[in-house]
Amino acid sequence: MAKRSLFKEFTKGIIKENPVLCLVLGTCPTLAVTTSASNAIGMGVAATAVLVCSNAVISLLRKVIPDKVRIPAYITIIAGFVSVVQMLVKAFAPAINDSLGIYLPLIVVNCIILGRAEMFAGKNPVLPSILDGLGMGVGFTAALLCMGIIRELLGSGSLFGLQIMPVRILIFILPPGGFFVFGMLIMLANKLNERSGKKVKTSPCDGCPMSENCADKACEKTGKEAG
Amino acid sequence: MESKLHVSSSPHFKGNNSTRRIMLDVIIALCPAAIAACVIFGLRSMVLIGVCVSTCVLLEYASRKIMKRDTTIGDLSAVVTGLLLALNLPVDINPLIAMFGCLIAIVVVKQMFGGIGMNFVNPALAARIVLLVSFPSAMMHWVTAAGAPAAAQIDATTSATPLAAAPGVYSYIDLLIGRCGGSIGEVCAVALILGGIYLVVRRVISPIIPCVYLATAALMSLIVGLDPLYQLLSGGLLLGAIFMATDYTTSPVTKWGKVIFAVGCGFFTILLRAYSNMPEGVSFSILLMNILVPHIERLTTPRTLGYVKKAKGEKK
Repeated sequence: MAKRSLFKEFTKGIIKENPVLCLVLGTCPTLAVTTSASNAIGMGVAATAVLVCSNAVISLLRKVIPDKVRIPAYITIIAGFVSVVQMLVKAFAPAINDSLGIYLPLIVVNCIILGRAEMFAGKNPVLPSILDGLGMGVGFTAALLCMGIIRELLGSGSLFGLQIMPVRILIFILPPGGFFVFGMLIMLANKLNERSGKKVKTSPCDGCPMSENCADKACEKTGKEAG
Repeated sequence: MESKLHVSSSPHFKGNNSTRRIMLDVIIALCPAAIAACVIFGLRSMVLIGVCVSTCVLLEYASRKIMKRDTTIGDLSAVVTGLLLALNLPVDINPLIAMFGCLIAIVVVKQMFGGIGMNFVNPALAARIVLLVSFPSAMMHWVTAAGAPAAAQIDATTSATPLAAAPGVYSYIDLLIGRCGGSIGEVCAVALILGGIYLVVRRVISPIIPCVYLATAALMSLIVGLDPLYQLLSGGLLLGAIFMATDYTTSPVTKWGKVIFAVGCGFFTILLRAYSNMPEGVSFSILLMNILVPHIERLTTPRTLGYVKKAKGEKK
């Protein structure tokens, strides 16, 4: 783990371990707020800010936090940063606050942030943790932006609010269209990873992109995929 | 004498049924409805049917080629899908929208899941619902049929479907012969019933699903206080019950499974018609039951010959 270069910690989140398309975390905001490209960027940037800050603080406190209560401690730290970000967004970008609605405070329970805290920041020094958070945040934002652009272009014929096409295929900004675009993007990400030569699956854990960071390998023992 | 003994595994007798033959029967059964559409809405409906059928066949051929699988347009299933989809559209729909529907039906619902026999919902129905959700105004623009009652003609070109019209505008005779607004294949009840009888006589479909579906729908209409006969004859109920719900791939194989499936379809159709904000519930109810088919089949698996039920408490 320590031998990996810092640059790799940053880039792995973008395609190889993209939090949305490969780890399939944080699907709720992904499906809910990607009805337009600007919403997607707002959500991505807000989540990235929280992710970087919480990763840094959790990494600093990793020796202090007792193992048994680490999850509540992480949540408290994350919730603090989400409150900060929420207040900033309310003050400086009220339009984004209105369109994101409840999903902005819900960043607290975003699986990506807690997942990175548990899998990376709780075990690694500060600098790699910050870069890991930044990479994951960029990957999250990129995936959201892809979905937002596709859904807004097809569903309302516009891009960043600018009307381009006369045709509107409404289903793309409705939930079924969201799931469809999501599935197509996951397929694309899998195809890209396959091309770049991912290892061949031999045990059930190899199918799980988190196996490398999996602490107890519980899934290997039971033969089940991690839930 | 010995040379005539040929050892092989069962089955030893084979019927001459094939996918192609069954699909041809379905096409023949849909002919009365297509002809009625042509009579009621004019030649434009023939153009629409032509566009849908040719697009479906072309897309089926292209997607099989791209996925490097063997060509399956010879089994005529794409023709049936195109025909069913066309019969579910209003006559003045933009051909490009119809082609988009074909893309959904053939590429997304059928070929992405592995082609004929692998689709989890009826392709034509799924395409209709996607179009209905995507282009609500174009899909609900009903052209007045030739000879529709004057009270139904709100303006010169469009009219309400029987389901949305005020009670008393359409008589049963209007509904039977198709003097009403609606998508091109659903208006003429007589043509649909003729097609259904042909399919049952040819043993292509078993009468269980259509009969139970219609009976449940009639019973439900009585319960919620609607006119049962009017409900049966109007909207896409007959088209759905005879041609959509009986699709082999997306309906249960067991007898009791078929009954449960059809009861569910009828129940949800009338429930959606009576209490939802949409005028029609046939496609949504059949789609919902299509998704439940694997569970229905698991519930109604017949007992294996010679299998003895284990006593309670006995393990393994």
